[in-house]
Amino acid sequence: MDKVFMKGCQAIAEAAIRAGCRFFAGYPITPQNEVPEYFSRRMPEVGGVFLQGESETASAAMLYGAGATGIRAMTSSSSCGISLMSEAIGWMAGACMPVVICNVARGGPGIGSIQPSQQDYFQATKASGNGGFRMLVFAPSTVQEAVDMTYRAFDLAQKYKYPVYILTDGFTGEMMEPVVLPEMRSEEFLAAERKANDAWAVRGRNGAPKAHKIRCGARPGVVCTLEEKNIEDWEMYEQWKKDEIEYETYGTEDAELIITAYGISARIARSAVSILRKEGYRVGFVRPIKIHPFPEIAYEQLDYSKLRGILCAEMSIPPQFAYDVEAVVRKRAPIATCLRSGGEIIERSAIIDAAKKLYGDK
Amino acid sequence: MPKIEIESEFCKGCLFCVEACPKDVIGTTSAVNDKGYQYAVPVHQENCIGCSICAIICPDAAIEVYKED
Amino acid sequence: MKKVYSRPIGLHRNINGYCPGCLHSAAGKIIMSALEELNLLEKTAMVDGVGCCANNNNYMDLDAIGTPHGRACATASAIKRCSPETIVITYQGDGDLASIGLAETMMAANRGDNITVFFINNANYGMTGGQMAPTTLLDMKTTTTPFGRNPEEHGYPMDMCKVLSTLKGPSYIARVTCTDVPNVRKAKEAVKEALQHQVDGKGFSMVEFVSNCPTNWGLTPLESLKFIKEHMLAEYPLGVYRNL
Repeated sequence: MDKVFMKGCQAIAEAAIRAGCRFFAGYPITPQNEVPEYFSRRMPEVGGVFLQGESETASAAMLYGAGATGIRAMTSSSSCGISLMSEAIGWMAGACMPVVICNVARGGPGIGSIQPSQQDYFQATKASGNGGFRMLVFAPSTVQEAVDMTYRAFDLAQKYKYPVYILTDGFTGEMMEPVVLPEMRSEEFLAAERKANDAWAVRGRNGAPKAHKIRCGARPGVVCTLEEKNIEDWEMYEQWKKDEIEYETYGTEDAELIITAYGISARIARSAVSILRKEGYRVGFVRPIKIHPFPEIAYEQLDYSKLRGILCAEMSIPPQFAYDVEAVVRKRAPIATCLRSGGEIIERSAIIDAAKKLYGDK
Repeated sequence: MPKIEIESEFCKGCLFCVEACPKDVIGTTSAVNDKGYQYAVPVHQENCIGCSICAIICPDAAIEVYKED
Repeated sequence: MKKVYSRPIGLHRNINGYCPGCLHSAAGKIIMSALEELNLLEKTAMVDGVGCCANNNNYMDLDAIGTPHGRACATASAIKRCSPETIVITYQGDGDLASIGLAETMMAANRGDNITVFFINNANYGMTGGQMAPTTLLDMKTTTTPFGRNPEEHGYPMDMCKVLSTLKGPSYIARVTCTDVPNVRKAKEAVKEALQHQVDGKGFSMVEFVSNCPTNWGLTPLESLKFIKEHMLAEYPLGVYRNL
């Protein structure tokens, strides 16, 4: 298949279109502006709807409305913009809407900086709003992965009838790379899905035996207590731990040191691992592909009797991803961190130096 | 003879109909409905002219009006 | 015997959650009756705001979606654009539409989104116990203006019909009330007119109901109607503000 040279944000938007996304609402914020800009040109070509919201709060509420009509829909924003969206994100989890949310993260807290960062890890994986809900969270490390994950995110949103979250960063979003784009979902496929979704969508009754009600606190059409809904969600999150875990490892079999990272840091860490191995260090690599559900199994499979330590590399100070690693490692190996923050990019040499320090004598 | 029917379970006893009826057809009882409201009842049904004023003003759509064909 | 006045068929046969004499009930009844007469019950999706307005969901037999506080117009705009054949209405209170959702209301109106907004103005936050709303009258006591609303401290009552009439987007804006039979009839005509604007694809339409809150105003239902006539209507004059 032919490769095209695209910016991350634009590639995400094109992948979404190809996945069948026919509604996008968003609000300008750097570094994700190319997402709404791309959609504004592209949506009319595929008969979709582009709407520039008056704010992130409104854009997310628009996404909720679009999701409620049963079509594939998405929004994107960046960090502090995502915080504003958390109102409707929580609401959409409460109402079980099949939508996709993309965070092209920047520095924080608050307005932070416009440069790339990984400071939204907790927000994405643990508290994207009030009420303790969770989402499937993809963390791409290349533009190609961003494309593939965006494409899959729409299928998973429909499968679980639940919001799916893509946590990328300004690095991946603004970088240009050659990518292979997935095939365009057929109009027939999308029409069939929409027809199936008409079983619960709010578009006027049109002869349905019962009016459709979508409210925060139950799946569409379901009458239940809030606690019953909470339990149902929890059971789904537990099922995700069986069905939706995704991670990759490299060189862990003989590893005396593990470097672990996700997203853009994983890309940098992976090349650090290659260099260290060439230098004779027995270093392995563990990288969650989805950061929620967290791939605990990847860390459980490590041979701790051999390990001198685990190095967590992430662009967040204080560390956040390392918190989840610590929770699963449970002091079976020393954990060190290699961190940058506030829009500063983690350097490969820094990871290598930190790894060597933790490794000790070769 | 025109007449009104008041669904006592929908009535909340706001008295809008009692106040509005030009023929003093409607009054209240000391009885209460399931929700505990003292509901309106037609006390002088024979005076009803079928004007529907009570039904139109009733916020809770508790009143329906009948007339001879 | 022939039934000459029926309960609207779209209202469930159960008691709704509103207080005795609350004109939310009247507005809901009028809207359902208008939808029935225009044969739109099957085509309509209702977007509820947060507050007392969300109560209507339980007794109106319409497709409906509850939205975060203030966001009804944003959600409604998206539904309409994704499903243009659906008649999309919002049902919002004053706090929802004129305070937390002011931006959403203004921008949907300014875009001329082809939706119909029903705005229930009872001059306070009813559901939460009667706090000051943007529409609270001067000198009116609420639980957060215990000494009465004064303009130096709290600003002035907001006239949303006038505010929205400054925009080019809306095609129909009217203010009605339900205190007496002539006004109930006029209210229904306005609701039908607003819905017809949407059917005709003319753009944003809104009907404001000057309403009451007997419970939080501390008045009997009948006294609350008197208060509307004597005080609310002086600040919020009835009439058609825009009809293109």
